[in-house]
Amino acid sequence: MEDTKQPIPNEEPANTEKPKPKPVGKEKKPEPQYLLSSSPHMATIDRVPKIMWTVIAALMPAVVYGMYNFGFNVLLTVLASVIAAVATEIVINKMRGRESSVADGSAVLTGLLLTMTLPPAFPKAYAAVGAVFAIAIGKQIFGGLGYNIFNPALLGRAFLQASFSVKITTWTAPVGIDAITTATPLGSFKFEKIMTPYFDMFMGKIGGCIGETSALLIIIGGVYLLVKKYADWRIPASYLGTVFILGGLLWIINPEQYPDPVFHLFSGGLMLGAFFMATDMVTSPVTPKGTWIYGFGMGAVLIIIRLFGGLPEGVMYSILFMNAFVPLINRYTRPKIFGELKK
Amino acid sequence: MKLKTFKKGVHPEEYKFLSEHKTLERLPIPEEVFIPVHQHIGAPCRPLVEKGQTVKTGEIIGQSTGFVSSPIHATISGTVKTIDNFPHPLGINGLMIHITGDGKDEWIKSFDETSNWENLLTDEIVDLVQKAGIVGLGGAAFPTHVKLSPSKEKKIDTFVLNGCECEPYLTADHRMMVEQSEEVALGTRILMKALNVSRGVIGVENNKPDAIAAMEKATSAFNNIEVIPLKVKYPQGAEKMLIKAVINRNVPTGGLPLDVGVVVNNVGTAIAVAEAVTKNKPLIERVVSITGDGIKEPKNVIARIGTPFQNLIDFCGGLTDNTVKIIMGGPMMGITQHTLNVPVIKATSGILCLTDLSVIKHKEYPCIQCGTCIGACPMNLLPTRLARFAQVENWQMAEDLGILNCVECGSCAFVCPSQIPLVQRIRIGKLRINEMKRKAKLATV
Ligand code: SF4
Ligand code: SF4
Repeated sequence: MEDTKQPIPNEEPANTEKPKPKPVGKEKKPEPQYLLSSSPHMATIDRVPKIMWTVIAALMPAVVYGMYNFGFNVLLTVLASVIAAVATEIVINKMRGRESSVADGSAVLTGLLLTMTLPPAFPKAYAAVGAVFAIAIGKQIFGGLGYNIFNPALLGRAFLQASFSVKITTWTAPVGIDAITTATPLGSFKFEKIMTPYFDMFMGKIGGCIGETSALLIIIGGVYLLVKKYADWRIPASYLGTVFILGGLLWIINPEQYPDPVFHLFSGGLMLGAFFMATDMVTSPVTPKGTWIYGFGMGAVLIIIRLFGGLPEGVMYSILFMNAFVPLINRYTRPKIFGELKK
Repeated sequence: MKLKTFKKGVHPEEYKFLSEHKTLERLPIPEEVFIPVHQHIGAPCRPLVEKGQTVKTGEIIGQSTGFVSSPIHATISGTVKTIDNFPHPLGINGLMIHITGDGKDEWIKSFDETSNWENLLTDEIVDLVQKAGIVGLGGAAFPTHVKLSPSKEKKIDTFVLNGCECEPYLTADHRMMVEQSEEVALGTRILMKALNVSRGVIGVENNKPDAIAAMEKATSAFNNIEVIPLKVKYPQGAEKMLIKAVINRNVPTGGLPLDVGVVVNNVGTAIAVAEAVTKNKPLIERVVSITGDGIKEPKNVIARIGTPFQNLIDFCGGLTDNTVKIIMGGPMMGITQHTLNVPVIKATSGILCLTDLSVIKHKEYPCIQCGTCIGACPMNLLPTRLARFAQVENWQMAEDLGILNCVECGSCAFVCPSQIPLVQRIRIGKLRINEMKRKAKLATV
């Protein structure tokens, strides 16, 4: 391994007479044929399907809690969305004459992630439409897994937001809490200046989307992914960090007008977005430096939307917005080659 | 203390346990040997013997044809049966000198200790090394005398001995350091003298504590030689990575270790140098690890160059029935063999036999832009992009992104969850680009 070049053996030395062109090889008993391949002959056990299914598993605590919190109905919504996503994937695979890619788990994941961002009472048929959109337009139109620019689940969700804007902002409270229709903590703050207790937000005893209410369960699943290295820790670190710092600065400037930074962190879909959506490998930068820029960008956009824009929530747009810049970020953050001279 | 290492890289499963405690054994003298005229980087040898001629062990049978070349020696005594093409471990076929033994192993001369190597001049040492046919025994087979003859402008101040053996499975260097630490130390001192440097550094990964201890003991009398334990990581044995790890210098892109005042050699090479300089013994044998789950009894053997793989396999109890892959070298950079009739050459650090259980099953998925390959590349390249540009034959972009800096360590392909043959594509790209460059150069001359 001192050098990478290998001698080329089958050149003939210049000064010898040509060897007789008789067939070569030692004649012995017939040889078993051994496999030929180009190195490396070892690989890690991580494979795309394993990554996707692990992410799905990491989401499970939050999903199950969503069912417990909002009732059995939620299970049906999840199923509707996942089935629609998988069916779309199959149909498009067929149309393009490709091998089925359902087993890689990415379609299931997209369907699942989409439902996590929907209100509990969101109509199942609409959820399915969103899933079809997410797979067909969000992913397959770009060329399938790996080629899409935007997070498919979030694109599906954005589509639903645009098409069914009332339904998507109708929130139900967790089972056992008084009202049928309630507001999310962010909505209450933005429009009524009511604060929701942090502990409830952390544990998930609040109104919100199916899978994004319990910060605790999302963090557990998310940290698991970070440990397994299936999600890049820099993304939640820079995203959440930026939200905390920017939100904090504004709060220090005017605590009357702006919520404190902890509230920012645990409200809305931020935890879900930071751990499960922004970290989507396909739509986040490939270079470490680019990842930091991406995270800062999302954090800044989120604060701007939450505090100055017209929408209480901003996670979805902040991620989609930065997704669009990923190719550019990748291009300008190429790491310096080992030994490359500083310019 | 935090162990030294380089940035990035990967952690493949080591599998060293198969053979790391197996003491070196000498393979019985083979009945016949096949000695390729080309087993090193550079020009092939010109055979000096003829069919029917008798030769003695250690006799020179092929003369180097250029400065970057290395002579070859008869490794057994006997008769030259033929000079013809035979299966070569680095390619399909290569010209080889086929010697059938007389069973006597008669040496060309008995070796007596050279009077005192410390009185030799630099040039004399280099000359002995060249005549002994010594090349890098780590696997690259670059002629050692060339490394020992840097141009005058390059100021060499440090000699680094590579005892990493970062390839999984292989244990040849490990055993040499444990069992022949005195010779390794001696070789190191001779190489330092040849290079006229005062500082010697021996880098050993700390999965070989016995080797570290042995080397520390063997070098304790020489306070200008330091043994540095390194964190286990692949590809630490790559020259650039090793230099970074042990003395924290960055070899510039497109440059050589010489550019930062360093020469690197491998443990086995040091022993060969010690034997050549103090005993006049040419390079006619080397240590080979025969390992993997496909071999019945993994061993580290000292085998004569030119011995067919089959002999070594038989010596180790044979292959298991489900052995499907034979690799010369380690699993990360080794070369698969289609037959066991290939001979051991100077670059054969190991013979790895893998069963169908250990062979990776490739199913390629699309690139999911996970960046794992980028996080693994010790050269800080973008393997995913390089492979892509090589695949679509966009040579310009590939070169702009530094494809020629790739050390072909295979870390990228090792980690890719989509099992994209990254290094394989990059390798082809490099070949094509270098070829085009050579053509362009010819055209302008
Ligand atoms: S691109 Fe080359 S140097 Fe980088 S990891 Fe792959 S093989 Fe190694
Ligand atoms: S490791 Fe494989 S899948 Fe991931 S970015 Fe590199 S090439 Fe793509």
